[in-house]
Amino acid sequence: MKNPGLALVTNILINAGKLFYGIVDVIGIFLRHVKYISDLIYNTIIRVPLLVKNVNLTTHQMYIIGVESLPLVAVTSVFVGGEAVIQANFQFAGMVPLRYLGYAVSKSLVTELCPVLTAFVVSSRISTAIAAEIGSMKTSEQLDAMTCLSLDSFRYLIMPKFVACVLMLPVLVIFSELIAFIGSIITAMFFIDVSLYVYLTGLKLFFSLPDMIIGILKTTVFGAIIAITGAHFGFQSRKGAQGVGEATTRAVMFSAVLILFFDFMIAFFVLKAKF
Amino acid sequence: MEESFLKIEHLKKHFGSNQVLIDVNIDINKGEIVSIIGQSGHGKSVILKNIMGLMLPDGGRIIFEGEVISSPTKRSEEYEQVRKRFGMLFQGAALFDSMTVGENIAFPLRERTSMSEEEINKTIVDVLAMVGLHGIEEVMPAELSGGMRSRVGLARAIAMKPEVMLYDEPTSALDPIMSDKINDLITDLRNKLNMTSIIVTHDIASAYKVSDKIAMLHDGKIIFHGTPGEIRASRNPYIQQFIRGQRKMYYAVEDEKTYEEQVDLDKIRAQTPWAPKRSKFDG
Ligand SMILES: Nc1ncnc2c1ncn2[C@@H]1O[C@H](COP(=O)(O)OP(=O)(O)OP(=O)(O)O)[C@@H](O)[C@H]1O
Ligand SMILES: [Mg+2]
Repeated sequence: MKNPGLALVTNILINAGKLFYGIVDVIGIFLRHVKYISDLIYNTIIRVPLLVKNVNLTTHQMYIIGVESLPLVAVTSVFVGGEAVIQANFQFAGMVPLRYLGYAVSKSLVTELCPVLTAFVVSSRISTAIAAEIGSMKTSEQLDAMTCLSLDSFRYLIMPKFVACVLMLPVLVIFSELIAFIGSIITAMFFIDVSLYVYLTGLKLFFSLPDMIIGILKTTVFGAIIAITGAHFGFQSRKGAQGVGEATTRAVMFSAVLILFFDFMIAFFVLKAKF
Repeated sequence: MEESFLKIEHLKKHFGSNQVLIDVNIDINKGEIVSIIGQSGHGKSVILKNIMGLMLPDGGRIIFEGEVISSPTKRSEEYEQVRKRFGMLFQGAALFDSMTVGENIAFPLRERTSMSEEEINKTIVDVLAMVGLHGIEEVMPAELSGGMRSRVGLARAIAMKPEVMLYDEPTSALDPIMSDKINDLITDLRNKLNMTSIIVTHDIASAYKVSDKIAMLHDGKIIFHGTPGEIRASRNPYIQQFIRGQRKMYYAVEDEKTYEEQVDLDKIRAQTPWAPKRSKFDG
């Protein structure tokens, strides 16, 4: 090149252009996914009334999502309860009297730990299962076959799972909180120097029902996230075993991120409303 | 000229840089059985998926009873009404693998027709018998052989009594006896219900047997469209190679012999004394 200055400038311009296109590309992909997901949510929700015609599909999903997740949720919850007590005790040591232990533990269990961890555990089971099922049905052309037979895949595949997730997550969280309390009581009694009476009075001290209700109700949102991410990445999966594998990974990854994001938003707005 | 029942006009379809269909034109009359033949990977299944509205074409259009049902600008939702009149057998059967064979057939009947449970059960037994299967209603698709699966897929499609049936390689996974049975079924459906059929196949013997017309797809274009007799008489070397190569594989031994006789040069010379004598340069 005769003019090194010019060469440099063109080089910079070219790379800036590439960067610009790269960014535009990413934004485009992001917007496309947003569009797909909103279409998916819309299409699923408008079909919820059709539920009554095939109740058994939904109850079957409720069994799979609710009852079959229970053991996993129970085991997680016992440990979460116990661990909350140990952590609180460790933090309190020498600074806060132990009669506040029950209060701190119950607050964190009810508002955050149980809802979020239950949602994570269920998501690891269900959003992957949904993504794998839809993805492999796409691979083996079963989705096309449904279309050909004028069978609506949103109605028969997605909507029952969506409804089941939305209904069963709150139920699971109630179980989870119960079991976590039991776990926390056992830990408090046997591993920490605090009597059951003191612990329970602390627990009752500032117990607020609204907190508990918000904690339970927000899991409906998590349930919707689990079902929708599973379905979305299932529909978007590439054909073949590898594509289905990627779809399941993405489903569980995105549902975890979205659960945390929405948890943050809910906490933010609820706290803002309160004070 | 009378408007044809189903008309594919200048159909184009590409995937990325892969130009699969370039210019496909086929006219199909009501009650006709048309076979589409062509090499593997040349886009036969893609044609069927375009007709079914599972893919949107990049160019051209598909006209059914004078109405455009598929074109690049047509939205897939508008397709629902016509789709009810079409049926399709998928290459891999595409059975719903979370349901038993019986439920696979019952599912669309239950959801889309007003049949009673009894009628549905009777239909299941009937359509399975039509494709030569008995007593497998409670079996899961994963436990079936490839040929059985494809026949269950066929049973599921014809249970809905479509007006137009698209078959993607109905006989390629079947033994010759079963193939014959399915071929008879296809002609039967035409004779009894006046069902129009489009069959994608590699099985030239079956294509000769059942089709009124054969269309040959090559390099994204229909290079031949005519009756089985016409395709046999075609002088296009590619077509000849395609159907002869297949003949050797599929035709019964007697036919094979007559074919060898036809090309036996010495015999032809003996029958045509006016032809030039065999020279010493001939192989
Ligand atoms: N969904 C798709 N995405 C990308 N490419 C595709 C898709 N479907 C088909 N193709 C490509 O289109 C071409 C034709 O495929 P098609 O399945 O129609 O072949 P075919 O003629 O049915 O072959 P066979 O006889 O083996 O079934 C292939 O090259 C294939 O790679
Ligand atoms: Mg094919």
